Amino acid sequence: MTAETLTLGKALNAGLRRAMEDDPKVLVMGEDVGRLGGVFRITDGLQKDFGAERVIDTPLAESGIVGTAIGLALRGYRPVCEIQFDGFVFPAADQIITQLAKMRMRSLGSVSLPITIRIPCGGGIGAVEHHSESPEAYFAHTAGLRVVACSNPVDAYAMLRQSIASDDPVIFFEPKRRYWEKAPVPLDGDFPSLHSAQVVQAGTDVTVLAYGPSVKTCLEAATAAASEGRSIEVIDLRSLNPLDLPTLAASVERTGRCVVVHEAPVFAGFGAELAARLTELCFYRLEAPILRVGGFSTPYPPSRLEDEYLPDLDRILDAVDRTFAW
Amino acid sequence: MTIDSMRATPRPGEAADPQFVQLLTPEGERVEHPDYPLDLTPDDVRDLYRDLVMVRRIDLEAVALTRQGELGIWASLLGQEAAQIGSGRAMNEHDMAFPTYREHGVAYCRGVDPLNLLGLFRGVNHGGWNPAEHGFHLYTIVIGSQTLHAAGYAMGIQRDGVLGTPGAGAAIAYFGDGATSQGDVNEAFVFASVFNAPVVFFCQNNQWAISEPLERQTRIPLYQRAQGFGFPGVRVDGNDVFACLAVTRAALAQARDGQGPSFVEAYTYRMGAHTTTDDPTRYRHKADEEAWKLKDPIERVRSYLVRNGLADAGFFDSVDADAKTAARALREACLSLPDPEPGAIFEHVYAEPHPLMTAEQEAFAAYLASFEEVTA
Repeated sequence: MTAETLTLGKALNAGLRRAMEDDPKVLVMGEDVGRLGGVFRITDGLQKDFGAERVIDTPLAESGIVGTAIGLALRGYRPVCEIQFDGFVFPAADQIITQLAKMRMRSLGSVSLPITIRIPCGGGIGAVEHHSESPEAYFAHTAGLRVVACSNPVDAYAMLRQSIASDDPVIFFEPKRRYWEKAPVPLDGDFPSLHSAQVVQAGTDVTVLAYGPSVKTCLEAATAAASEGRSIEVIDLRSLNPLDLPTLAASVERTGRCVVVHEAPVFAGFGAELAARLTELCFYRLEAPILRVGGFSTPYPPSRLEDEYLPDLDRILDAVDRTFAW
Repeated sequence: MTIDSMRATPRPGEAADPQFVQLLTPEGERVEHPDYPLDLTPDDVRDLYRDLVMVRRIDLEAVALTRQGELGIWASLLGQEAAQIGSGRAMNEHDMAFPTYREHGVAYCRGVDPLNLLGLFRGVNHGGWNPAEHGFHLYTIVIGSQTLHAAGYAMGIQRDGVLGTPGAGAAIAYFGDGATSQGDVNEAFVFASVFNAPVVFFCQNNQWAISEPLERQTRIPLYQRAQGFGFPGVRVDGNDVFACLAVTRAALAQARDGQGPSFVEAYTYRMGAHTTTDDPTRYRHKADEEAWKLKDPIERVRSYLVRNGLADAGFFDSVDADAKTAARALREACLSLPDPEPGAIFEHVYAEPHPLMTAEQEAFAAYLASFEEVTA
């Protein structure tokens, strides 16, 4: 099995390239994805190699990007849309929610829309407003969409290829502050199912659930906790819809404690769904309520305050401590 | 303070506009237009007449079924038959239409069973026909969304490399005057323009967006918007089936030939209510409706046929009888449409297996079954 050491960003690029080589119907479209290679260079070199007909610099209109992608998919293409930043997906929200997610049911199954929408998400890069958001719950709430979030280069490559191959629309969240993390990335072979959660750190005392950029923070928290004799199991959800509940419940059944971590505001966030479902499944095994650590229930703050806003190692460990003090 | 913007607004384009393409006057007199020659055989004209009558009759039946509680709601096409039949009959087998929820006449031209349309408004499903089979996409209810789908589909046609060949098709996006205010429609114009995509934007300007008049959407004639986006726009008498046919044919032919998008404003009038839940007496004058009645799209074809000796009473009677028969059959089929099974809620949400769908479907089935056990 060939593996190549790649950054997460380069792994996404390799995944896109491979998908385009494998299927001539795969298109890449978005703002600045062509000559520039995207503002994060995720599509670097693709237009040069695959041409401007397949790597399309679109007008600056997100609803237009998703709406025309739907039309291209109706014509038999398999578009991969790039939304430049999380906070810019909202002009496309109508096309995603009222059209993309519902077309299959509207057609009684005669229409498939195999569209992947890549969204760099989350904070931590010192950006201005609208460049650090975590809008995953809006999309996880919308039936008809699949929602996934990669956390590392290996998954970035494999999950992007799997998302593009899916006949359902997939919202693909990329942890933008982890774009420069490196790892050896297997380029072929059997990848875990797109919608499986992965235990990324085995442990016995408490289950910590995370996805996207928070996974690394949780792993760091687990390392710190281990030095104090506490064993944290970290699970990377990878997929928010559908949710791999059996894997999550099996862990919580064992540990009896659970903390959910995400960057999005905690109130009505994705953690609420996890807490509700796991409480229902593991009620008699729980030693404490499932606690959530995340962004505050405020708009994303100016970047000089984002280190306070984002759940860090200490806030995660504080929540872990609270589950033991219950 | 009140701001009387309506008073300051010039009426955005009356029918006297020199750009107005008309080939058949309201009195049934054939007139020529230098840009739009049209040769129709007597059979062609009789067929168009039959189409117009059929779709009006189907529409009338649907309104009646709604009044009787058999449909939840209906969006009547009354008054817009010529715009829809003219443009619908201009399409070839490779073209793809992207309709709103009022394109019953176009659906008829594309071979979609009217029962499908009634099923949607009855609440049996959300549409359910296969767009690829008919070259007619699903009804789109959010205003203007489908124009982007049409532009994207047209970009796909470009990528297939078929433009300029006999197998070429084009996309045609249907929308109304209200939709021209939507961001999506304007984005569709931009995408189509900069990519030179083979799409015809067919706007049925029926003067009303529910209760809001055209003046609330625009201060210039709508077809003139096209110029700002960089493609041609033309206004056609939307109650003239000949003109709608000729103009749409030309626009589609240009698109299929690789000459890019164009905009057709079919100037017409929504004779009925917006939908069966609407009450136009609250916002418009009866006199307006009376004036437009004189421009009826069917009467002028009938006059043309009579005036030129192309049809006799027997023909008109047979068309009426056929329409009546079709309406009766449609009514019966509608009344016997079965309600979907509860499990249908979970079907066709995803193409690939989804554990939550499976779990909820099974749990709901078990819940329903628990009642059967009690009653058994």
